[in-house]
Amino acid sequence: MLEQDLDRRTQDPEANFADIKPPLSDEYAVVEANRCLYCYEAPCMQACPTHIDVPEFIRRIGTRNVAGAARTILEANALGASCARVCPTEMLCEGMCVMHHMDMPAIDIGRLQRYATDHVMKHDIQVLGPPAPPNGRSVAVVGAGPAGLAAATELGLLGYQVVVFDDKPEPGGLNRYGIAPYKMTNQEARDEVEYLRKTAGFTLKAGVRVGRDVTLEELEKEFAAIFLGVGLGSSRRLQIPGEDLPGVVGATEWIEELRSKPYHEMKVGRRVVVVGAGNTAIDAATEASRLGAEQVTIVYRRGREEMPAYEFEYELALKDRVDFAWFTHPVAVLGGDKVTALRCQRMQPGEPDASGRPRPVPVPGSELEMPADLIIKATGQESQESLLSQVKGLVLKSGKVVVSESYQTGNPRYFAGGDCLNGGKEVVNAVAHGRDAARSIHAYLNGKGA
Amino acid sequence: MADLSINMAGIRSPNPFWLASGPPTNTGYQADRAFEAGWGGVVWKTIGDPIVNVNSRYGALGYKGQRVMGLNNIELITDRPIEVNLKEIREVKKRWPDRAVVASLMVESSREKWHDIVKRVNDTGADGIELNFGCPHGMSERGMGSAVGQVPEYTCQITEWVKEAARIPVLVKLTPNVADVVYPGLAAQRGGADGVALINTINSVTGVNLDSLVPNPNVHGHSAHGGYCGPAVKPIALNMVGSLAHHPEFKIPISGIGGIESWSDAAEFIAMGATSVQVCTAAMKYGFRMVGDLIDGLGRWMDSKGFKTIADFRGLASNRMRDWGELDLNYRIVAHIEPDRCIGCQLCYIACEDAAHQSIRLVEGSRVPRIDEATCVGCNLCSLVCPVPHCINMQTRNGQPVKSFKEYVAAGEAPRGNYPLHEGDEAYL
Ligand SMILES: Cc1cc2nc3c(=O)[nH]c(=O)nc-3n(C[C@H](O)[C@H](O)[C@H](O)COP(=O)(O)O)c2cc1C
Ligand code: SF4
Repeated sequence: MLEQDLDRRTQDPEANFADIKPPLSDEYAVVEANRCLYCYEAPCMQACPTHIDVPEFIRRIGTRNVAGAARTILEANALGASCARVCPTEMLCEGMCVMHHMDMPAIDIGRLQRYATDHVMKHDIQVLGPPAPPNGRSVAVVGAGPAGLAAATELGLLGYQVVVFDDKPEPGGLNRYGIAPYKMTNQEARDEVEYLRKTAGFTLKAGVRVGRDVTLEELEKEFAAIFLGVGLGSSRRLQIPGEDLPGVVGATEWIEELRSKPYHEMKVGRRVVVVGAGNTAIDAATEASRLGAEQVTIVYRRGREEMPAYEFEYELALKDRVDFAWFTHPVAVLGGDKVTALRCQRMQPGEPDASGRPRPVPVPGSELEMPADLIIKATGQESQESLLSQVKGLVLKSGKVVVSESYQTGNPRYFAGGDCLNGGKEVVNAVAHGRDAARSIHAYLNGKGA
Repeated sequence: MADLSINMAGIRSPNPFWLASGPPTNTGYQADRAFEAGWGGVVWKTIGDPIVNVNSRYGALGYKGQRVMGLNNIELITDRPIEVNLKEIREVKKRWPDRAVVASLMVESSREKWHDIVKRVNDTGADGIELNFGCPHGMSERGMGSAVGQVPEYTCQITEWVKEAARIPVLVKLTPNVADVVYPGLAAQRGGADGVALINTINSVTGVNLDSLVPNPNVHGHSAHGGYCGPAVKPIALNMVGSLAHHPEFKIPISGIGGIESWSDAAEFIAMGATSVQVCTAAMKYGFRMVGDLIDGLGRWMDSKGFKTIADFRGLASNRMRDWGELDLNYRIVAHIEPDRCIGCQLCYIACEDAAHQSIRLVEGSRVPRIDEATCVGCNLCSLVCPVPHCINMQTRNGQPVKSFKEYVAAGEAPRGNYPLHEGDEAYL
């Protein structure tokens, strides 16, 4: 197995957060690449939201044309390096690998993709571009996360002058501030942005908040079109008493903090309770465990079958000795000057709700208290409504931006993609949006409609 | 368990597996180790006036991450004195009386030289002599090795000289670097050889180093062509063995060599007419221990087929070799895909579409392609590229009378195959 066993919780956090899928050696990569059958119209390629020509890039690794392999990847997916690390490949390309039908392990597509993209980034080999000659027009990209970077790269290559705005101190969005560090490090996120900036020549303005430091009117004056890749906002509130006590944090904010300071400065406490059972909840729980928490419990108001997290993420949490309290719903945070426990209530499955899943209904008289030094709320994120509502004509539906097939919003000069559009999916979905939206912007600005 | 023992032109061994003349058979120490591991025979590294070798000596071809699919060498015959080799043969033979020890020989092409060395070998207790008329590099520049093997008259002549002096069986080892191996094979038989051994190595360059642009192997900035062997040469060797075995005038036994790595390779050579089989590259790659599986696997396979001795199945495959013109033009097969086995890689589709007869269709909503039997020409390509065993099977269709090209021609008819042409082609025929 790739993951180290987890008797690591008392050990050094630096080691605990080591690469969960370490890089392939040259020889391993060639042998693995040569296992690939080179399927025609391959299912893996179809499963990839950016439709990377997987058999082709793998074949190129097999012939030791590693830069050529990276080109095949990055042409379809400019953020192929981060996708290689963070994609749930079991659910996407590798999940569709025909090897499964022969009871053989899927081709290790993620790690091969990492192998190729690492190679060109490490050796500073540019495989895309050079950009088309400047066409004299400029586009603003709001948000330097995966969607924004994909759009900026595509637009830069098409000859646009692109300025990317982001309110965080560093670009990268979730890659830099949200992904679990054992999947992707800060430096890897930085290297990727730097590589793409060299490829496509866009300008980065980090630490600049659109809507505060620069207004939408100013952007509209300066730029022919604007791409919104603003992602999601703060963690959703639980709407229960005691929620504002010190020691209660949102998962997004907490992970951002984790990725912004040394591990030893993170206060995790002995007992951690994570509310929610999505992939972010699992991230937060495993991170808390790897930081040294003694007891980490995920509470979820439904059962295991309904858990939104991927199976392999769930298994990772089990390996990290995370406990799961199913059918358990928080009702109040207890504590004085800081949190001491989470009061919960047992639930039971009831009639199916709108989502088709059994509605969790409280079990009368079943309240219990879970002692906690830290409570992490991972029940989703708010939308970036305060900014998005300032865009004239832009329509939001349940917090999500409504766009046409070509990613154009209700305001024709604004396009959008990524989490602000789909409510929070994978990096690779955001990249696909950003790339396609950029192409639509190009068509729109060339009078071909969007 | 089946009886694996053989008698090859009077040379007996408990199993048909001999180490071919080469680096594994250089010394008595190695021969002892080989016999301990179970080898039935050893053909000594070619003995003659000791030579000086170059550094480096080998190049290899890998395939898709696998090493040494083919091996190339520019090594010459033994670099050890004749007397040392003969002394060790004598000792080894004493220790291993039931195994075959064959002395491979190569000297300058004079009657005296050959008589001299053969007489010295006669007294060692060796079971036989193998004449190296095959080495394709270095020695051939000095008028030996394949320089002899490529000219049937020389082959016959030197074999005659050797037979004049030899008191033990003589095998002639043939070079594959000829247009048709039947001619030197028949020449060896004419010269009185008791058997032949083939193939020796094939002229080759395994590759070019793309940094230095020097071909492999690099000898101080230059290279020379070498001799190719290993799994890559097996198909060539099988054809050559089979074409001799199948030839009506060729009567003497064959020791089959070339790319043998497994018991099944060996079984194929024997089915193609070989009596003993020789192994070099595989032993260089895996060591002598590999013989365990050769013996065990061959025995089990023979048991499963009911063959009690090697002779029971020798030549059964070479008997099936025909000239192309004698093959049935009316035989018709078509591809059939087992949907339950299909994994949906669609490699058959693209192979047929781009390189066969455009007879496989993709099916909307499914990854299992469909064969268009009406246009399938029964070429096998799809079943060969399919990664799943028994997924694409070739099925027989209809029963028109057997008729070969030769029979069509003899009947004064235009040969007409039993399969569809491309649309519209008919009009031009
Ligand atoms: C390094 C090397 C040296 C060889 N030297 C000899 C030799 O001295 N005499 C000889 O008859 N054949 C020699 N051969 C050829 C082998 O005996 C054998 O015919 C050939 O390698 C094909 O068998 P294989 O595919 O099992 O290796 C040599 C082969 C190799 C690889
Ligand atoms: S046998 Fe040849 S022609 Fe027939 S379907 Fe297969 S590849 Fe095509």
